[in-house]
Amino acid sequence: MTEAPLRRGLPRIPDRFAALGAAIVVLLVLAAILAPWLAPYDVDPRPLESLLPPSGAHWFGTDNAGRDVLSQILYGARTSLFIAVAVLAVSATAGVTLGMIAGYAGGWARDVIMRITDVFLAFPALLLSLALAVVLPPSVNTVVLAIAVTWWPWYARLAASTAASIATRGYVDAARCLGVPAPLIVLRHVLPNSLTPVLVQMSLDAGGVILTSAALSYLGLGAQEPTAEWGLMVQQGQTYFTTSWWMVTFPGLAILVTAFAFNVLGEGLRNALDPRRVVK
Amino acid sequence: MARHLARRLGQALLVVAGVVVLTFTVMRLVPGDPAVAFAGPKATPEQLAEVRERFGLDDPLPAQLVAYVRDLLTGDWGTSLRTRQPVLDDLYLAFPASLELVGAALVLAIVVGVPVGVLAARHNRRLPDLGVRFTSMLAVSVPVFWLALTLQLIFASELGWFPIAGEYDSSLDTTSPLTLWTNITVVDALITGNWPILTSTLQHLVLPALVVAAYPTGVIAQMTRAALIEEAGQDHARMERALGFGETAVLTRFALRPSLVPVLSIVALVFAYSIVNGFLVEAVFNWPGLGRYAAESIKARDTPAIAGVTLLVALVYTLANLVVDLLQGVVDPRVRAR
Amino acid sequence: MIEVRELRVSYGGRVVADVPELDVGAGECVAIVGESGSGKSTTLLALLGLLPDAEVSGRVTVCGVDVLTAPPRRLRELRGARAALVIQSPQAALAPSTRLGVLMRRALRLHGREATDAAMAEAMRAVLLDPELLRRYPHEISGGQAQRFAIALAIALGAEVVLADEPTSALDVTVQAEVVAVLRGLLTERGLALLLVSHDLALVSTIADRVLVMKDGAVVESGPAATVLATPAHPYTRELLEALP
Repeated sequence: MTEAPLRRGLPRIPDRFAALGAAIVVLLVLAAILAPWLAPYDVDPRPLESLLPPSGAHWFGTDNAGRDVLSQILYGARTSLFIAVAVLAVSATAGVTLGMIAGYAGGWARDVIMRITDVFLAFPALLLSLALAVVLPPSVNTVVLAIAVTWWPWYARLAASTAASIATRGYVDAARCLGVPAPLIVLRHVLPNSLTPVLVQMSLDAGGVILTSAALSYLGLGAQEPTAEWGLMVQQGQTYFTTSWWMVTFPGLAILVTAFAFNVLGEGLRNALDPRRVVK
Repeated sequence: MARHLARRLGQALLVVAGVVVLTFTVMRLVPGDPAVAFAGPKATPEQLAEVRERFGLDDPLPAQLVAYVRDLLTGDWGTSLRTRQPVLDDLYLAFPASLELVGAALVLAIVVGVPVGVLAARHNRRLPDLGVRFTSMLAVSVPVFWLALTLQLIFASELGWFPIAGEYDSSLDTTSPLTLWTNITVVDALITGNWPILTSTLQHLVLPALVVAAYPTGVIAQMTRAALIEEAGQDHARMERALGFGETAVLTRFALRPSLVPVLSIVALVFAYSIVNGFLVEAVFNWPGLGRYAAESIKARDTPAIAGVTLLVALVYTLANLVVDLLQGVVDPRVRAR
Repeated sequence: MIEVRELRVSYGGRVVADVPELDVGAGECVAIVGESGSGKSTTLLALLGLLPDAEVSGRVTVCGVDVLTAPPRRLRELRGARAALVIQSPQAALAPSTRLGVLMRRALRLHGREATDAAMAEAMRAVLLDPELLRRYPHEISGGQAQRFAIALAIALGAEVVLADEPTSALDVTVQAEVVAVLRGLLTERGLALLLVSHDLALVSTIADRVLVMKDGAVVESGPAATVLATPAHPYTRELLEALP
């Protein structure tokens, strides 16, 4: 055997992070769908004894209003996943549409769209979301809107660069020469070929969206009672933290595990599908 | 280099103009009458008319925008509805504390993140690498407000190793008052040799800085690792190995410097992100920075104050991007030549 | 100086280079020719143990070091100091943010040589380069200068064996001639052993004593350069020769 420069010491270990992330995401989706059946207690109507520590009957304890924390977390998965899906759908649709126009049309349309994109990118995502969430009434929909407004420019930029590179390919030229109208060319040729990086970016972004939405809800700008939301649960629990740690610890862990799962899944997908690194 | 600088400055100015327009637009989205918000619900119609007159609220929107820009340029960032102070004065007091916190966190993130990234790259796809990647993924996935609460409970409330909240022990204001120069407490204490306040501030800084540092440390470690592995696969790395350099030497003495270019640009992004992330941490640790100011303004629905914070952070962000862009030329001679 | 027996390099069971015999003595130049992908560069890297993920078998001795069994430290002492590699794309082969002089100084110190300005300048002059170039970054010099700088490194370090991978392919004709002149100087004046990998038969015919022709990882023909190039026995060698302008 050659003593090769990289071949020394510890053995190489196959990377199973992406599979781990995928497994967690599947479990989360199942938890969200099956929450009414999985949850050991109804979240709303029947108050239990409040602030019970974790036990066999209440794995994660109960909160100050006498709700079972585990059940709340399961229902909270619905809120978080709904927000993530809604934000990504809205921002990817808006961003990809604008990006396609910019990338395919080029010229002044591209300049205008990209400069607007630059302006939005000049705000750290959470900041603009904060500002918007402050002026709009607090609700889950506000969270979706506030985050989507800060997220679309990334998709616009990504789609514009892919569209621009695809627009120069031979078959697109051929279609243009045949007189196929531009919108049709974009729909038939450019869009389908640009989707992979967009999908990869969406899976990478899901974790960030979940963290941002939890932060907004923690600040009281997002989901309101009686919606079960992890960030809101942490906010409600922090007053009781020193005596009833479970009210803060478990919802926080739920956010951490969810964001982690999406992040590693997204990274794995990117490495597998899209060799170009999209750095955010 | 001069042309590069001019073009980047032009771009940055354009972005700043857009940021101002966007902030203005968001402020106008506020439901309700801004005059009522300022004068209070019990104001008489005459008072309301006077407020409208004073702030030009009856003018058409473009005229209001022009007036807004003129005010901004002359240093009038509006008056806070909550503190009744000029917003710019409030920001001038709050921002240095945020800079102190984020600065400490970023120093920590670079000091830890870069070596950890080197370690991971050195043992690519082996146990140390997997450990670094797992931990850094956790670090970027953790909700900061939760981490802040948890560390505060464990290390301040339970173990008592660090103070629970605040920037320094306020009783020191009487025993050894601090002369303000920069408003950044650590720096001022250092300049004036105020050791009691310096020690107290550093103790108070540990926990919040650790929390704010989590995200940048993870990002920097991942970026360093990725950039190093890419550099180590380049032709020049083969040449250095052929010259007899060991793997660690290839990474640290030849690959690290070009790798710092992408790492540096990520630091700019992460810097601004951390200021906003710091908002949540400041709220938990009662750190007298922008975040606490923003949180209190949010509670009071204090639109001018929120607009001021938004504008300031966006400006800092744009500036950070600009600085990093120019710094890249210093680190990588190829960028300079372009 | 180089002695290879039954060298076989494979990736995941696929053999990419199979060299039954290859010897290079001091003051001698042997060339491996073949198209890209024929396994010639792989062979070269195997001589320095620089194939991280490959399975390598056989016996390879370079300057008395058994490359395939030597501990990493012995290998690192061999690399650069005694057996130098000159690789194909000259500028990409130099770390972009390291000045040439810094690289040379670090390499000299690494191998315990004295890194005086005079010694470094002398090595530069030996390859007809202005010592002032030591202050430059790789992107500030030309391809031919970078290639000669790689050779200057070998001279400064006192290498006994030079392994050159396509040393002229990235260069234009006049610059090629300069590099060839420098290489020939190494052979005649310093008595180095030179192993050259190239697809450029014109270059090979002017400098090589012996030739190995490789195709798809296997050696199809070998012998004295004059014989092989004048009366090629294998159809593939004839093909290569016909491709010459």
